[in-house]
Amino acid sequence: MQTKSVMIVGVGGQGTLLTSRLLGAALLNSGFEVKVSEVHGMSQRGGSVVTYVKYGDEVASPIVGPGEADLILAFEQLEAARWLPYLKKDGNIIANTQKIDPMPVVIGTAVYPNGVLEAIEKTGVKLTSIDALSLAVEAGSPKAVNVVLIGVMASKMDLPKETWLEAIKQTVPEKFLEMNLKAFELGYANK
Amino acid sequence: MKKLMLGNEAVARGLYEGGLRVASSYPGTPSTEITECVAKYDEIYSEWAPNEKVAMETAIGASIAGARSFCAMKHVGLNVAADPLFTVSYTGVNAGMVIAVADDPGMHSSQNEQDSRHYAKASKIMMLEPADSEECLSFAKKAFELSEKFDTPVILRLTTRIAHSRSAAEISDRIDNGLKECVKDPQKYVMMPAMAIKRHVVVEKRIKDQIAWAETCEFNTTEFNDKKIGIIASGICYQYAKEALGKNASYLKLGCVYPLPVEKIKSFVNECKKVYVLEELDPFIEEHCKINGINVIGKDEFTLLGEYSQGLIRKVILGEDVDNVKTDLEIPGRPPVLCAGCPHRGLYYALKKLKVAVSGDIGCYTLGALQPLGMVDTCVCMGASVSGLHGRNKANPENESKTVAVIGDSTFMHSGITGLVDIAYNQSNSTVIILDNSITGMTGHQDNPTTGKTIKGDPTTAVSLEKLCNAVGIDRVRVVDPYNLKECEDVIREEINTPEPSVVISRRPCALLKYVKHNPPLKVNADKCTGCKMCMKIGCPAISIKDKKSVIDFTQCVGCGVCTQMCKFGAIEGGAK
Repeated sequence: MQTKSVMIVGVGGQGTLLTSRLLGAALLNSGFEVKVSEVHGMSQRGGSVVTYVKYGDEVASPIVGPGEADLILAFEQLEAARWLPYLKKDGNIIANTQKIDPMPVVIGTAVYPNGVLEAIEKTGVKLTSIDALSLAVEAGSPKAVNVVLIGVMASKMDLPKETWLEAIKQTVPEKFLEMNLKAFELGYANK
Repeated sequence: MKKLMLGNEAVARGLYEGGLRVASSYPGTPSTEITECVAKYDEIYSEWAPNEKVAMETAIGASIAGARSFCAMKHVGLNVAADPLFTVSYTGVNAGMVIAVADDPGMHSSQNEQDSRHYAKASKIMMLEPADSEECLSFAKKAFELSEKFDTPVILRLTTRIAHSRSAAEISDRIDNGLKECVKDPQKYVMMPAMAIKRHVVVEKRIKDQIAWAETCEFNTTEFNDKKIGIIASGICYQYAKEALGKNASYLKLGCVYPLPVEKIKSFVNECKKVYVLEELDPFIEEHCKINGINVIGKDEFTLLGEYSQGLIRKVILGEDVDNVKTDLEIPGRPPVLCAGCPHRGLYYALKKLKVAVSGDIGCYTLGALQPLGMVDTCVCMGASVSGLHGRNKANPENESKTVAVIGDSTFMHSGITGLVDIAYNQSNSTVIILDNSITGMTGHQDNPTTGKTIKGDPTTAVSLEKLCNAVGIDRVRVVDPYNLKECEDVIREEINTPEPSVVISRRPCALLKYVKHNPPLKVNADKCTGCKMCMKIGCPAISIKDKKSVIDFTQCVGCGVCTQMCKFGAIEGGAK
């Protein structure tokens, strides 16, 4: 199988790292060779963060370059637009509709652009947008945003659903499991 | 059994399997997780040292005592440990000793982009460089054997993409041969001129032996495919090349980057038509080739700056460009920020009101340099805030009441204390602010000598910053709560205007620490909010403006109350007061 490339992008602190680990575990359990490249340190403090997950029969480089991603999972609209050039022309991009103002916008030296999702759609890539924060609140906690988004991602990838559920069970603490499974289903249903 | 492991985690596993007994490190991205993972093995004694020099000396002592030993650091940490490094090369080891150094091309979390391979050559110490987690594990393990075989420490060099990538690695059982006998041997271990002169001879012979070994060792491998293009690479660049060129090129992969073989490289280059050396940062392998009359292409076509990628290699070697999509949106940058509830925020705002110049240091608080706070004037290296302030004030004593230094608790213990001794001894009227957030923050929460806990979370003696500052000769030591803006401003104003050296300890644990209890999120009363944007001046990521009124993001706010003190209209409500 040809190597597939996934990017998980967002704002430091949103839970992108945990999501990439869960995806890595699900892919490894499915028998693929997997490489995951993470970001630690300074940008975790509210900066723009990106993790790469690559899988296939054989994976050499752990990173994804411009025009190489099959799928981008964006935790925030502006980050979806920022990393869009990394997507293949026929790639899938999933964007959480949540907006988080970066500091230059907060202090008025830059403007958060309008019509981000429309601009992405116009480029001809396959866009799925979703209000994951509302669905996470519906599932029981705003912290479950990442699991809602994992649900959406699962619906776009060709791994069996059980593999995802198993990976969630392996990663999430027992007492939050029910809430997270609900969050996953809400995301998964939103095809 | 195969396991998906972070490069750093795999290094730790390799050290464990190789019989590591004593580990001492100072945290530094991207090396930190090695020692955190080592600490999970109860068979190994592990610790956070106050700095990298102490860590390396601890590992040297343990090796001489007969235990396989280890220390880890980031590239700039090796500068701090350079003093013992150059001489442990002469003494050699008793039990095996491994030093891990993690470079950060692209500066994801560093103040410079130095290439640590030069240290291997300068100190004449063997350096291995793994290319994935599997090799992180196996190289770490074999490094102990090489260390004992050649009587030398061995450096394991990582870069960010190796240290922080996960790939599968095969794990096996630990082999622990116990403590080796420690024999008194001043000719080998007491490095004063008479003995060191003789040891230098041993070092030069050792390098010659290692070059001969490097010609045939298992770490340097060739793979012949199409011979029109030949690639010489090590570490992550080998992976980028494999992805970009696959079977359309032949490869010489150098797992041992110092010392480098000569004949092996020559015969590879002779087999291929056009040979590129792919290495991030400096032309280390390229220069070795050129000195030995081997014709390769390197930095004439590839950059000295930042990280490489498969895309870069495709572009330079194959002339292929990327075909991708873009929006025509103007996308604002998203620099990292001090977290919501970060105790540094209030302190920086007080400094801003006092209009002082700030001698800064390395840690989360370096982010105070960014707008809207914009309150850090300098940042060079660990500890430089304190000694740099002393120099500033000696150069221009008239400005003593308009300057301060800021330094974190961990950084102060690392190398701030020596600068403070200089201030007390040579009497500059400097004011040093220790930002004591009870943790080493930026590297992801490691304990340090002031926190009262060891690397394993066990209780231990905590350094009292107050007593320490008093003991070196600073009589004026004040403690403030950085959530209290008025207190910070008043106390610091008093200290900078007192003609005496002083220390202000700004004390409040990091808001991300698990034991820190948060207040309920605050709310803006839209009827009272006038949209004056005063609350925006502190640069809290939880506050933004919507429809000309301030709003607080309930998912981020921890109810610290600093913004409440900014609002003249009492519009920010809630939280415990």
